[in-house]
Amino acid sequence: MTLRFFLRAIFLSLAMALSAPVLAQSGADPKPLIDALAKADFSEAERLIGEIAATGDARAVPTLEAFSEGDLYVRKADGLVFIGKAGEDGLDLIEPITGVSAGKTLKSALTKIKINNNLRRVISSAAGGLTLLSPDRSVRLAAANAVLSSPSAENLDLVETALAKETDPEVKARMTEARAVSVLSSDRSVDEKRDAIRTIKTIGGNDALSILSAVSGSIDASLKGDLDAALAALQSKQKLWDMAQNVWYGLSLGSVLLLAAIGLAITFGVMGIINMAHGEMVMLGAYSTFMVQDLIRDHAPSLFDWSLAIALPVAFLVTGAVGLVIERAVIRFLYGRPLETLLATWGVSLILQQTIRSIFGPTNQEVGNPSWMSGSFPVGGMTITWNRMWIIVFSLTIFFTLLVVMKKSAYGLSMRAVTQNRRMASSMGIRTPWVDALTFALGSGIAGIAGVALSQIDNVSPNLGQSYIIDSFMVVVFGGVGNLWGTLVGALSLGVLNKFLEPSVGAVLGKILVLVLIILFIQKRPRGLFALKGRAVEA
Amino acid sequence: MAFTAKLGGALLAAVLSTSALSSAHAADTIKVGVLHSLSGTMAISETTLKDVMLMLIEEQNKKGGLLGKKLEAVVVDPASDWPLFAEKARQLISQDKVAAVFGCWTSSSRKSVLPVFEELNSILFYPVQYEGEESSRNIFYTGAAPNQQAIPAVDYLAETEGVKRWVLEGTDYVYPQTTNKILKAYLMSKGVAESDILINYTPFGFSDWQTEVSKIKSFGSAGKKTAVVSTINGDANVPFYKELGNQGIKAKDIPVVAFSVGEEELAGLDTKPLVGHLAAWNYFQSVDAPVNAEFIKEWKAYTKNPKRVTNDPMEAAYIGFNAWVKAVEAAGTTDTDKVLDSIIGVSVPNLSGGYATVMPNHHITKPVLIGEIQADGQFDIVQQTAQVVGDEWSDYLPDSKNLISDWRKPMACGNFNVASGKCGGKGM
Repeated sequence: MTLRFFLRAIFLSLAMALSAPVLAQSGADPKPLIDALAKADFSEAERLIGEIAATGDARAVPTLEAFSEGDLYVRKADGLVFIGKAGEDGLDLIEPITGVSAGKTLKSALTKIKINNNLRRVISSAAGGLTLLSPDRSVRLAAANAVLSSPSAENLDLVETALAKETDPEVKARMTEARAVSVLSSDRSVDEKRDAIRTIKTIGGNDALSILSAVSGSIDASLKGDLDAALAALQSKQKLWDMAQNVWYGLSLGSVLLLAAIGLAITFGVMGIINMAHGEMVMLGAYSTFMVQDLIRDHAPSLFDWSLAIALPVAFLVTGAVGLVIERAVIRFLYGRPLETLLATWGVSLILQQTIRSIFGPTNQEVGNPSWMSGSFPVGGMTITWNRMWIIVFSLTIFFTLLVVMKKSAYGLSMRAVTQNRRMASSMGIRTPWVDALTFALGSGIAGIAGVALSQIDNVSPNLGQSYIIDSFMVVVFGGVGNLWGTLVGALSLGVLNKFLEPSVGAVLGKILVLVLIILFIQKRPRGLFALKGRAVEA
Repeated sequence: MAFTAKLGGALLAAVLSTSALSSAHAADTIKVGVLHSLSGTMAISETTLKDVMLMLIEEQNKKGGLLGKKLEAVVVDPASDWPLFAEKARQLISQDKVAAVFGCWTSSSRKSVLPVFEELNSILFYPVQYEGEESSRNIFYTGAAPNQQAIPAVDYLAETEGVKRWVLEGTDYVYPQTTNKILKAYLMSKGVAESDILINYTPFGFSDWQTEVSKIKSFGSAGKKTAVVSTINGDANVPFYKELGNQGIKAKDIPVVAFSVGEEELAGLDTKPLVGHLAAWNYFQSVDAPVNAEFIKEWKAYTKNPKRVTNDPMEAAYIGFNAWVKAVEAAGTTDTDKVLDSIIGVSVPNLSGGYATVMPNHHITKPVLIGEIQADGQFDIVQQTAQVVGDEWSDYLPDSKNLISDWRKPMACGNFNVASGKCGGKGM
């Protein structure tokens, strides 16, 4: 969003800076061509864009960009073409080419010029060609990228002119690649093409694979050997990266499992309550995030990037409080009766779901991603998305914080005392009912903050919790009931296992296989990976 | 003992009074069943359709009802539980004596109620796009058959975007599987090599799309223009699109055309990274027609929510309801057999400014619209076809290509085999 705004600002200032066309080619005036877009169908529009590009007039770029974003309109009254930017009450009209404001108008007085993906591609290539000589470094870089992603032999001369003048090393490298790509589809000599293949090979990754295999059918026979060698080298390299990518995906899935299970590791693992309403606590946490974001959108939009940080304590308190109420009202009467607890918490989960459904409706609520959780960045041949990375960091942080609370704080000590030997703890002066209530509230609160994170990658709907409850129990049982480390190792290893099975056997069969393996494992080791030992187990 | 007697007496009185009440009701109202899940996983989609039905019935009553009687909606909740659909359908037909039922969403629920409607001879209007390969005397399919949605969408991609390589990505159940089978046969008949088609399924409610999306990415880097045809259902769509956006797959590079993603599904999503991805339906809220503007206005007023959106299954419900009303008026009765005769050929306005006609195969005519997702969660229509007749038995599957369905007398057959000249080709 900000990037787009940034680019647009650059283009506008560029259009103003360049009053005379820089790259005069045909030298024709693009204005009549732009006006002709008013009546053009898709194929006609494609031809017109080609002609606009051929004028070499960089002033046409803002218009093309606006067209690509669906902001180009025809005024019904006189059939003239304008760029329309959404403003207060209606659209602010801007004249193409000159960039002069043409007043405001209502949307109903305009017809939008239709755009489709094919035209977007054509525009991106045309705009790339037109801005290769821009004085602004970042515009040139974007232009080189555009030419790189939509190669055409027509752009070749342009790229070479630009390359000769380029001084910035990064832009130069990108333009060299863009040139190589264009050379491949042109009628240049075999030697030049051979060099081009070598250059493209250095780009690496799926992009290079895609470019090279696109020309493999049409390429000169004498180059076939070079091309195949380059393809093979790229593929084997990509295979290694795919492995690394799989491990990453596995860790990421594992961190989601860990998040979902960590609250349960306390209520079920430590306290022994079969808590079927655990998923609903996650769901309540997600809805708290939604409420917080809703308030922020209405009252303080500038704080939006902080919304998750604000939602964390809110979700913790809300779900913790709900957990406390559930424990005091239902569960405390059922200690030591697992079957009744299971049924009662199952009932509670249905009540919570339907309550949320009645208040917010059955449809998904939109929880936005703050800008620092959107998009991705490349690491070698793999892509790492920001939201997954932060979730891994976040779940590990929660895990270790919880570990410290359990092992180092006075409250953690009394909690462990109560779960290991209730009567002894009681006779030492610990108020066991309150420790129970607080522990359940803590488990619920942690499920709530897990909900804040999960709202970033999943649907926020009343059913959110149901999809995690099975996985959560699976992780806790597999890792070993009562052991936090077990939950960590269990979650991460199940995540990695799942992601290694998925590419080869598919997501459906992969999930089944994981379940089967867990069943076999539990047969062999009923107490899970990290079984508790000692007298506490028998109690 | 005295207590039991008292209880029995009270019960008897209660039974007597309710039956008296319902017979009094039966005299001046026509009952209409609404069979949509209001709880469970499908509530997200089906609750809206229940509201639409209630709105349509209320409006019909404002216009004076039907045959001089008021319409009365009987709403039941089958709770996204397929066997419960059959139970509730039986209750609607035999206990509540409804004249017709509007309902179901998933194919599993429709398959579950089909035998009930045939056994008790009642009428079901089914308002959702489906996989075809079915025809029942008692069911009207007002949503799209594959040739009214999937095939035109694939044609659009092949023609205007020059797509040569296809990923058919779906949720693992009957609708995506059958649709993908038809699409694969269709693509291969158009000369697409088998190695250029990748079919992939994921479980219901799938949320970790990282591997699948990167698989699509690497399948798409074979130098040929690639597109994804998505039959991903319901909840799984939001994480799928989020992952596409985050991994930077733009519509310019690999467009996704979806058959189960409409305005309702996009409402829970930030659509800015998705601009340009496609959906194929027979109706979009953005359709520019006076009748549509009127419908949207009524819907927002009825739900008292100016943000509510309309979608394709709502239009299908609208068409189904109006066709039934018109058929009942023509027959002068709500009797199932008479309505089944009179409804064929009935033509009612659709919401895109044209007409929908009920065909002898119990499907309707529809235009096919291809829309691109916009930043505001609406669709921009990039292509609209002429009216297409729903084809219940696909021409591209070897088992069904010789079958046709025609419920007019004297043929009155749902699976007539034109090759053998006999009714009853493939089992239903």
